[in-house]
Amino acid sequence: MADDFLSQPINRATAVRPTFVLIAGRTAAQGCGISEGKAGETYTAETTRLQMAPEDLERLGLRPGDRVRLASAAGQAEAVVAAARPGELPPGVLFIAYGDVSSRLMGADTHGSGMPDSKGLDVTVEKLG
Amino acid sequence: MTAAEQQQASCAERTVVADAACTFCGCVCDDIELVVQGDRIVEARNACVLGKAWFLSHAAAHRPACLIDGQPAPVEEGIERAARILVQARYPLVYGLSDTTCEAQRKAVAIADWLGGTVDTTTSVCHGPSGMAFQSVGEVTATLGEIRHRADLVIYWGGNPAESHPRHFTRYTLMPRGLFVPRGRKDRFCVVVDVRRTKSAAAADLFIRIAPRRDFEALWTLRALVKGVTLDAACVEAQTGVPLDTWQQLAQRMKQARFGVLFFGMGLTMTRGKHLNSEALLALARDLNQWTRFVAKPVRGHGNVTGADNVVAWTTGYPFGVNFSRGYPRFNPGEYTAADILARGEADAALIVSADPMSNFSEPARRHLARIPYIALDPQETPTTRQAAVAFAPAVYGIHTGGTVYRMDDVPIPLRPALESPNPSDEAVLSALEQRVRQLRHGR
Repeated sequence: MADDFLSQPINRATAVRPTFVLIAGRTAAQGCGISEGKAGETYTAETTRLQMAPEDLERLGLRPGDRVRLASAAGQAEAVVAAARPGELPPGVLFIAYGDVSSRLMGADTHGSGMPDSKGLDVTVEKLG
Repeated sequence: MTAAEQQQASCAERTVVADAACTFCGCVCDDIELVVQGDRIVEARNACVLGKAWFLSHAAAHRPACLIDGQPAPVEEGIERAARILVQARYPLVYGLSDTTCEAQRKAVAIADWLGGTVDTTTSVCHGPSGMAFQSVGEVTATLGEIRHRADLVIYWGGNPAESHPRHFTRYTLMPRGLFVPRGRKDRFCVVVDVRRTKSAAAADLFIRIAPRRDFEALWTLRALVKGVTLDAACVEAQTGVPLDTWQQLAQRMKQARFGVLFFGMGLTMTRGKHLNSEALLALARDLNQWTRFVAKPVRGHGNVTGADNVVAWTTGYPFGVNFSRGYPRFNPGEYTAADILARGEADAALIVSADPMSNFSEPARRHLARIPYIALDPQETPTTRQAAVAFAPAVYGIHTGGTVYRMDDVPIPLRPALESPNPSDEAVLSALEQRVRQLRHGR
């Protein structure tokens, strides 16, 4: 999968690349932020922090702290890019803590299960500003 | 009084609540020592980082007990307004329940029953698909105590307990010395399977990174190997992102374990395949019992989400997504589950108990919830409480109020509150609401 992903062309003007796979999940900081209050800095910062493999950052010309627009088939949301720990994410896979951003990208269809697809979403990334 | 005397007096006021239970996550660690000073918890000994944040933050929260349309109001007025909203609705939804006591959960189910509405819990957007899989495959299970004393092979699949359940390793699965694993960690082998090399992977002896959205294929590969089926190596690697040889070694290790356990997280239930992923894992654990003892356990998130499953199941016969509109309970995920009911625009009123769908649901579901009158119970201010017609800020369970919660392995645990609160408990609010709903709807 990584090889397929890396062979895709890059539009450097917009840093647009299709078919990133976004994983949303829990983090310790997000959990602490829930208790401290969802309007607080801990929760807000953690749930808008998009983790990306360092290789992807470099190839897309992004730097930690850059703002990006994530778009899925269901919606779009803005996030702040951060470098994932080396080796944590393979190229083409993104991670963000559960929160408003991940929910906005989630579709409403649950396929008869009650659970919308919340992990493994196809998204695009576009650099802002 | 001198500064030294003040400090001495301050120290003298400290009391310790022993064996308190933490209700932040499904571990429900019941060995917490809470140090109380005045009306605050100043220390939560033995608690993990999440538990400390839970105890130290929630104890400080003091919000008006009731808001009607955003304005402080007497609780009695809030109950009246809430009851009238619910009885006037044609399709009311009761949702949430995973962060409150079993006693309060019973009342919420009763309200849905009197209303002829629907009750659903946060399980439906957590391990609801696993609940469906339990019904089709069954669950070979064990308590965390049994796992602590017996498990020599511990596998985490699609979960990251190092961040979501920080004491899972140390209290229940990897580190403890057990009756049949006397050397603790040295007697156990740990495998983490995930698409990310999470912090949990650092605790494992073996990390297997599978390709995203390939859990189903990977689990069926293992099922086949355990059964002795010959597989094509190129096909397996293409489908799972992992060489066949790695799966063969893992399958062999699973069959040779004396007591194995598969813990699984929402990496399975929230990914394409959902209940079919959970079914594959549960079936794998079942298959392995032809060779050894093997169990499977979902790792549950909220403090009493397991209690919600139990209470809804023992009161209605079904674990979540239950509709009473015909006068008897019906269960149908996708039809009677909150994410669907709201996204389709069906519910015309809602009672949200200790949940935050305004943060966690899809955009269509959120838009519809914002259009209908609803009642929210939550000790904290959230995007859901902000838009509620009636918002109650009840006392915090496990900190201000007692009651019963279920640990993730279905073991009930009593709560030992450390503080008093001027605000009523969830149970008190829901009891009063149930009584008023019954009077208005049924005249008794």
